[in-house]
Amino acid sequence: MENVEVINITQKPKLNYLNNGDTVSSWLLTRDHKRIAILYLISVSFFFMVGGLFAAGIRLELLTPQSDLFESGTYNKIFTAHGIIMIFLFLIPSIPATLGNFFIPLMIGAKDLAFPRINLLSWYLYMAGAGIAVWALMQGGVDTGWTFYVPYSTTFSNTYVVATGLGAFIIGFSSILTGLNFIVTIHTMRAPGMTWFRMPLFVWSHYATSLIMILATPVIAITLLLLVLERVGRVGIFDPAIGGDPILFQHLFWFYSHPAVYIMVLPGMGVISELIANFSRKRIFGYEYVAFSSIAIAVIGFLVWGHHLFVSGQSIYAGLVFSFLTLVVAIPSAVKTFNWTATLYKGSISWDTPMIYALGFLGLFLIGGLTGLFLGAAGLDIHMSDTYFVVAHFHYIMVGGQVMAYLGGIHYYWSKMTGRMYSEFWSKIAAIVTFIGFNLLFFPQFILGYLGMPRRYASYPEEMQVLNILSSAGASILGVGFAMPVFYLIFSLFYGKKAPDNLWMLPGLEWRTESPPPTENFYETPIVTWEAYEFGEESGLDFEEARKREMATI
Amino acid sequence: MQQNSWIPLFPEQASSFAWQVDALYFYILAVTLFFGVGCAVVIFFFAVKYREREKFGRGADIHGSMPLELTWTVIPFVIAMTMFVAGAYVFYNLYRPPADTMDVYVVGKQWMWKFQHGSGQREINELHVPVGRKIKLTMTTEDVLHDVFIPAFRTKADVVPGRYTYLWFEPTKPGKYHLFCAEYCGLNHSGMGGWVYVMEPRDFDNWLAGNVSGQTPVDAGRDLFENKLGCASCHQQSDQGRGPSLAGVFGKDVRLNGGQIVKADDEYIRNSILNPQGQIVERYQPIMPTFKGQVTEEQLVGLIAYIKSLGGNSTTGTTATGSTNNAAANSATNGIAAASGGVASTNTIAPRGDRGNTNSQGSNPNAPGNRSEPTNRQR
Repeated sequence: MENVEVINITQKPKLNYLNNGDTVSSWLLTRDHKRIAILYLISVSFFFMVGGLFAAGIRLELLTPQSDLFESGTYNKIFTAHGIIMIFLFLIPSIPATLGNFFIPLMIGAKDLAFPRINLLSWYLYMAGAGIAVWALMQGGVDTGWTFYVPYSTTFSNTYVVATGLGAFIIGFSSILTGLNFIVTIHTMRAPGMTWFRMPLFVWSHYATSLIMILATPVIAITLLLLVLERVGRVGIFDPAIGGDPILFQHLFWFYSHPAVYIMVLPGMGVISELIANFSRKRIFGYEYVAFSSIAIAVIGFLVWGHHLFVSGQSIYAGLVFSFLTLVVAIPSAVKTFNWTATLYKGSISWDTPMIYALGFLGLFLIGGLTGLFLGAAGLDIHMSDTYFVVAHFHYIMVGGQVMAYLGGIHYYWSKMTGRMYSEFWSKIAAIVTFIGFNLLFFPQFILGYLGMPRRYASYPEEMQVLNILSSAGASILGVGFAMPVFYLIFSLFYGKKAPDNLWMLPGLEWRTESPPPTENFYETPIVTWEAYEFGEESGLDFEEARKREMATI
Repeated sequence: MQQNSWIPLFPEQASSFAWQVDALYFYILAVTLFFGVGCAVVIFFFAVKYREREKFGRGADIHGSMPLELTWTVIPFVIAMTMFVAGAYVFYNLYRPPADTMDVYVVGKQWMWKFQHGSGQREINELHVPVGRKIKLTMTTEDVLHDVFIPAFRTKADVVPGRYTYLWFEPTKPGKYHLFCAEYCGLNHSGMGGWVYVMEPRDFDNWLAGNVSGQTPVDAGRDLFENKLGCASCHQQSDQGRGPSLAGVFGKDVRLNGGQIVKADDEYIRNSILNPQGQIVERYQPIMPTFKGQVTEEQLVGLIAYIKSLGGNSTTGTTATGSTNNAAANSATNGIAAASGGVASTNTIAPRGDRGNTNSQGSNPNAPGNRSEPTNRQR
């Protein structure tokens, strides 16, 4: 496309989405998807830090075999708070509501999402739900674990179960509305020439995520309502003492919560597809296979929830079917990994910070994904279920996968979102520290799990202490790795170099507008004539010119 | 015994199927190491070898390859299926109790484990079993979900209120092994554990003899059936009573009003006692009152054991240890004879009544008022 034209436009006096209105209400009542994304970015990052503090509490307690730092009741509330905040307030909205919200319209050449007001509404719903959950935590917390298993949660726990459940219930609507908005936007608002198979894979993975959001989230909403109904009204649904069935709750809960795992990781996979392709400066290997593997994960992911119930007393034949399907759903993830690897082949790979995060993601996701095979094999899962092996496995996916992708994505798009450059040196250090700290934190937990250390234990046998100390030491390193970006990114907002519009000379539409983009995203509706990840002539980008510019700045 | 190495890497193998679980573990470990390390090496190699030669260079124009995609779809699928088959085989072995087992009844409650042997001995947070015998645990709980987990045996199963779940194992090595509760159950979850002692058969017999055994479950059940609960007034030996005769009913098919046929197993008998209106036997009137709230989980275990002992198709029958009925005369209380000789429970056992106090730090508007205790308490 006429990049020249874009450059011309930048010469005009700049009015971008950030400085187009600076009153509080221009932010809180904005309908601009980019501003809403920034609101989300601030709120989810805040809750990520809060959840991280609770994690620090867990690792401190587990330094010693005895339950000595906190009372065990407090410990139970801490790990519950950690789980609820990280899952409902951070992981689920993390990439979709921030990077997805900001970049889906930009990537497909739209001015905004299809329903800007609903987009704002979903942020308010998120904040309302988060507010209720935080209120419950401050009043005294919840001690049911984020899984709310019955009959403990409905009959036995004397903590703020109803308020927390209600918070999660409301946040669910935010998630549904976001998913709906994305699906309609992707269907109806693509720019001329932006065919389905020209869309960046980030958009595909968000499409798959949105499908899960609107199909699965209502189930958790119903489940939480039933839970509240039983707890408050003593209607016998789950508690056998009043005629209910506790296994029914587990089925309902995991029917949402397993697909929700894919809500938490598919967007990360989308970011990684962007990073790997763009920093290898070539088309992603097997575009269609990567795109459809997202859809396959979303569809098959609906049918595997029973692997959380292998030891619950569900029929062993059901267990076998779920074991089969679980091992099947591993295949599309493997296909993605192989395609990412193949994309690197004969690339022109630059080791910029986002790419370091992406390579870190690949390493951690490999471990996280492959350890899922252990847990999918039913006979082995009996021993490992509810142990630290499971804890390590899902942290490798959720933190090693999604959080690495989140950080990689934020670094990748920082120049676009803020118009500023962060310190390349410090950000690389942070990425490496995060990778090392993460592995030291969670790798020993695989061994602990096979030894038999159950999860949610405030105290544990003494022979397991060394591994726990290693893990806690890793936690402190990881904490440093996560804290560093907070400082240098905020620093860059004020003192960072101004970023060019297309920092890395990438072909995506989001790079063909200004940094930061104007409120309407594009001054003219772009017309797409190139394939995704096109680094050749067809992309219309002037690489020679850019190279010269680059040389001049050095 | 636990290993004494500084960092233990591996739990002890002490059951007949532990090696199967470990073999599966090492098989999957080998496959994942191959693919994981392989991929990581390739990624690292590519990332170094194809590092950009010039700024904003262009990677090779490769779009993909159908044969490659098929290869790395089909091969992992086939390998995953071998894991499925092996996993299914082990799963089946672990969760299908064999016929000739020695039965132990388990009742979990916040935060302790109560065990009762078929011969009447009761234990708390400790379980003594002989080496080389197949042990079957029939388990339930008085309150929330729990989970019996014995890492050295490589098996675990949730314990679910309102129903029975089963676990079996054949210990192969004498020793003292961890017993954990692996399903989160509230305040003192991590304290809800203890030890499994695997003993040589002779030691086990001595242990049994050295313990005051209470009534066997069958005798306790008979006492309840004939005297305390008066079941026998309706359920007589013949079919002349107001309720059907229970002689030989266990394990048989029962025809219900409406023609449905159900199997009279543990679950059926349990439900018929607690919720008699649910399943009415054909030709009988729905006149039986519910015994919910009047019988404890342990009494239910006794009643079921007694009804089993009335004969019938006892494929899963009670094969108790050698000294099964010698304790019949011992009409102790129905309650658990806690801490009988040699059983010195060191674990924290919070008495039931404490739960309200310990949990009520921080007043709670959500707590359901006047929760009715499902069963009367014995401790």
